[in-house]
Amino acid sequence: MAQKTYAGKTVDVNEEGYFTNPSQWTKEIAAEIAKEEGIVLTDQHYAIIEFLRNRHNSGEALSIRSINHSGVIDVKTFYQLFPGAPLKKATKIAGIPKPASCI
Amino acid sequence: MEQKYPIKKVNIICAKGAIEDVYATLLMGNGAVMEGIETNLFFTFFGLDAIIKSRMDKLHTAVVGNPALRLPGGLRMPTLLGIIPGMESFTSWMMKGGMAKLDIPPVSEFLDLITAGGGKVYACKLAMDMFKFKKEDLCEHVSGILTVGEFYEHAGGEGSHIIFT
Repeated sequence: MAQKTYAGKTVDVNEEGYFTNPSQWTKEIAAEIAKEEGIVLTDQHYAIIEFLRNRHNSGEALSIRSINHSGVIDVKTFYQLFPGAPLKKATKIAGIPKPASCI
Repeated sequence: MEQKYPIKKVNIICAKGAIEDVYATLLMGNGAVMEGIETNLFFTFFGLDAIIKSRMDKLHTAVVGNPALRLPGGLRMPTLLGIIPGMESFTSWMMKGGMAKLDIPPVSEFLDLITAGGGKVYACKLAMDMFKFKKEDLCEHVSGILTVGEFYEHAGGEGSHIIFT
């Protein structure tokens, strides 16, 4: 298993850089991963990251539709906050596994 | 993962209007948008039903001449049973129920998601003329009505692919 160091802490990641142990995640680590992806995190980013982590912790599947129904932000804003591949980037920054969903 | 020849753009043509035909297009299209791939959807012939306001959320699946259709329990459905009144509506209702359980949205909501992510939706001019549809009949997601030549212009570029569902 690969390891990476963010904000002075060593964390376990898979070959694609996704956390294999979400409990190692902190907000400071998130900011550093985001920097790698070219994103500066704002309160809005943290709000959706918290939603993603909560949803992951409760064992629910993540989809782009669930973002729209999150009550946190709409999908359009989500695409603006994490340009390119939003769900992949956001879950990586949130320290949770890459979603296995097709939607 | 680094790819040598990444797909940069997909152009998906949907020419049929059954639930499974339209959803194949929408799932592939939405998946592309989510991957950050530039996405164009082109609806033509019976596929137009997916972007006609009054029809888009009322699509059906064929129960006659659909040899892969199974009854609950897995038995093959005899095609003649398909002519029973209400069978097509019932089967379509079952299909939609199954998809809703998997968090697959209705057509209009699916197009909301795709266009929110920057995906573009187009109608085919020839098919519009043929079925006598007007611009007002189209849903708000449609960016334009294209000729075949214009579609190819939109589809151009390095790493661009055309998919016919």
